[in-house]
Amino acid sequence: MSAPRPDVAVVGAGIVGAACAEALAARGLRVEIFESGFPGAGSTGSAMGHLVVLDDSEAQFALSSFSRTLWENRTRELPAEVEDVPSGTLWVAADEEEMAHVRSKAAFYGARGVATEILDSKGVAEAEPNLRPGLAGGLRVPGDRILYPPAAARFLLSRAASGGARIRREEILEVGAGFVRSSAGRTDAGSVVVATGASSPSLLPGLAIVPKKGHLVITDRAPGFCRHQIIELGYLKSAHGGARESVAFNIQPRATGQMLLGSSRELAGFDASVNRSLVARMIARGKEYMPALARLSALRTWTGFRPATPDNLPFIGRWPALRDVWVAAGHEGLGITTSLGTARLLASLIVGEPPPIDPAPFAPDRRRPDA
Amino acid sequence: MRDRMTIRVDGRSVAVARGSTVAAALLGSGVPAFRTSVTGEPRGPLCAMGVCFECRVTIDGRPEERACMTLCRDGMEVLTRG
Amino acid sequence: MGEALRADVAVVGAGPAGVAAACRASESGARVVLLDDNLAPGGQIHRHLPGDAPPPKARPWIDRLWKSGAQVVTAASLFDAEILGEEWRLRAIRGGQVHVVRARRVVVATGARELFMPFPGWTLPGVLGAGGAQALVKSGADLSGKRAVVAGSGPLLLSAAASLTGAGVRVVFVAEQAPLRAIASFGLRLLATPGKLLEGIWYRGAIAGSPCRTGFWVKAAGGEGRVERAHVTNGTRKLEIACDLVCAGWGLVPNLELPRLIGCEISAETVVVGRYQETTRSGVFAAGEVCGIAGAETAVAEGEIAGLAAAGALDENGADARCLFAARARGRLFGEELGKAFALRPEVLALAMPETLVCRCEDVPLSRLAAARSMREAKLATRAGMGACQGRVCGSALSRIRGFSSDSVRPPLVPVPMEALASEEEPT
Repeated sequence: MSAPRPDVAVVGAGIVGAACAEALAARGLRVEIFESGFPGAGSTGSAMGHLVVLDDSEAQFALSSFSRTLWENRTRELPAEVEDVPSGTLWVAADEEEMAHVRSKAAFYGARGVATEILDSKGVAEAEPNLRPGLAGGLRVPGDRILYPPAAARFLLSRAASGGARIRREEILEVGAGFVRSSAGRTDAGSVVVATGASSPSLLPGLAIVPKKGHLVITDRAPGFCRHQIIELGYLKSAHGGARESVAFNIQPRATGQMLLGSSRELAGFDASVNRSLVARMIARGKEYMPALARLSALRTWTGFRPATPDNLPFIGRWPALRDVWVAAGHEGLGITTSLGTARLLASLIVGEPPPIDPAPFAPDRRRPDA
Repeated sequence: MRDRMTIRVDGRSVAVARGSTVAAALLGSGVPAFRTSVTGEPRGPLCAMGVCFECRVTIDGRPEERACMTLCRDGMEVLTRG
Repeated sequence: MGEALRADVAVVGAGPAGVAAACRASESGARVVLLDDNLAPGGQIHRHLPGDAPPPKARPWIDRLWKSGAQVVTAASLFDAEILGEEWRLRAIRGGQVHVVRARRVVVATGARELFMPFPGWTLPGVLGAGGAQALVKSGADLSGKRAVVAGSGPLLLSAAASLTGAGVRVVFVAEQAPLRAIASFGLRLLATPGKLLEGIWYRGAIAGSPCRTGFWVKAAGGEGRVERAHVTNGTRKLEIACDLVCAGWGLVPNLELPRLIGCEISAETVVVGRYQETTRSGVFAAGEVCGIAGAETAVAEGEIAGLAAAGALDENGADARCLFAARARGRLFGEELGKAFALRPEVLALAMPETLVCRCEDVPLSRLAAARSMREAKLATRAGMGACQGRVCGSALSRIRGFSSDSVRPPLVPVPMEALASEEEPT
């Protein structure tokens, strides 16, 4: 006697799939989650885990601030292994031009209720003594946080399982209206959610997601080297620019006392090999902001693929080509942050609740930006 | 019989045979634990060939040096227990 | 900034295989750079301090190395290797400085390390490897008068016990986990190689007075803050032995990090090589224990073949090559017999209790690894394998206890200062 047909088949147990499974199970739906590797084996397992509110567009702000609040509200619920720390972000400005950007950023956040603090040259030096002297200043965002993505994904999955969701270690090869198919056979489901990140186009042909490769380097324990997640203001230029390869200084203090250094972006398909010269550029960029970085002990370099879309916003909503198939993918470098908000939004659309934020900017059938 | 030299381990002088590694010198002078693990356990050398990293000590102010891969030098300052 | 070297052949590892490869390649006219992370060439088996005479067995080859014209760079830890066009670029850290070697051909001779199996108490100070204890004694450790239990598996046990005894250590027990019948049939095969048999008898003579038992294994070490006793058993009899050192080594595992990083095909924990020791990566050869644990003589034969092949000198050395092929074939057979005789019994694979730490770098007990199905999953779930040794110790144990295949190897192969990874420009 086979198990009853699930109401929703969620494909992908990364942070986004796990969050969606939890949200759907919490609404009383029978959920089965399909994962070809192990929970968090994809981009989630390579990610930094920086929970950050971004201001590059109204829609991005809406999704990231909504999500960040959801994470804040759950902080007591998160087990220790999630390593949730309210470190805050420090955006650093190298010169007066970037300080002007700091001020407009502060105004944007302030007008929308996100607390920030403008720091001058002395202020950033006090906030982070290992920053090089002579920076123009920076913007502190105290509400931003850090956590450990694979553990967060596992936590969300355990919540989904408590809500009755079943996890199946199978690779889904095909999705269609009302079913998913693995090598083990076909599973019928009321609805299907594709949350396979950068691999989503193989299940949903035509989905405009490309892998944007990134590198990270982790050091041996150096507790106290920095306290905030520190990012250079040029980060967004790197994230949204069209350059084939770019780096932007981004460093994170992990709960273990190790430092995690990023960031790089390049279009390299799914080539997971380490690009040594790009890593060298990334570290050189880091040394420009934090000279003492040079002497930290590097333990390992790795790569990951951010699922990137043409307008830098994820696809959350109905997949128009297939009945009752939904997509929640394309979060670029914000997947960890926006997983909870994505799940709430998607669940509301699936069950017919009023959506918590405007779904239009994330609609999979939205008009693409002009080339 | 090999020449002797003196190194300092945790502030006290220790005579060691010239050409010894720091790990050999520490063990021979009766120091069983070189460092503490991430949960606070005492640890000493295991592999003695640079693979396991259990023998790390601070040498002349440089932390996390593998004692088994480092030759003793006259007057070297070694600190154990990280 | 350290040196930038150019070579026709770069040899990584100065144990028996690497030294033989470097000699042969250099004598054939190739420009050779030999890199090793130890203080003097010889590898683990012929470990000696710089400035001391090499051990008698190593002497001929090491003397030959110094005369061969090969450039020998010691105390250099290789941390990265990548192909740039037709050339391999190797980067090593030496005294805090980055040294770069560019060569069209590479010989991987990175040898082997001891296999450590977790058992209750194995993290106590005073628990060493068997080879580890031997290495410490060879590096000048004065352990005279200390009581040692030597346990585990393989010919290294007797060799280590002999070295320890020679250094004044009281070897109070030697426990070889392999059953007598397995060793006896291995011993009979040694009659085909009388040199090895004599060696074995000599070891036995060197440690006469120490009880040696086959079919026995250490199941736990005990003590407050350091080793005070070892618990040894054969499954039915249990012995508690007061001691200061437990020297436990369970065989050898090849150091495959470099060939994995380079992308050489690896099968059953050995680098796949062809007739001329060529790997599946163009321009890369491998020799010695990385091609299967088979001892020093086999390593030398393979090293000679690899060195000649890397230097493009096999044709003019045809007669030599035929002898070498024969020596290699004998050596590989020896290696297979070795592996069979000293295979680890199931009780040894099951020594770890749920609370026994398996990853020593991150203090991860066996129980936390229960749900993981691969090394990568174990890493992301528990941090096992994420510490300083990057899974060299726990990964080898877990591959045997749980059948995990290893996670991908990434640069750097050893921890290096960040600025070493930022070194892209080298003086030409």
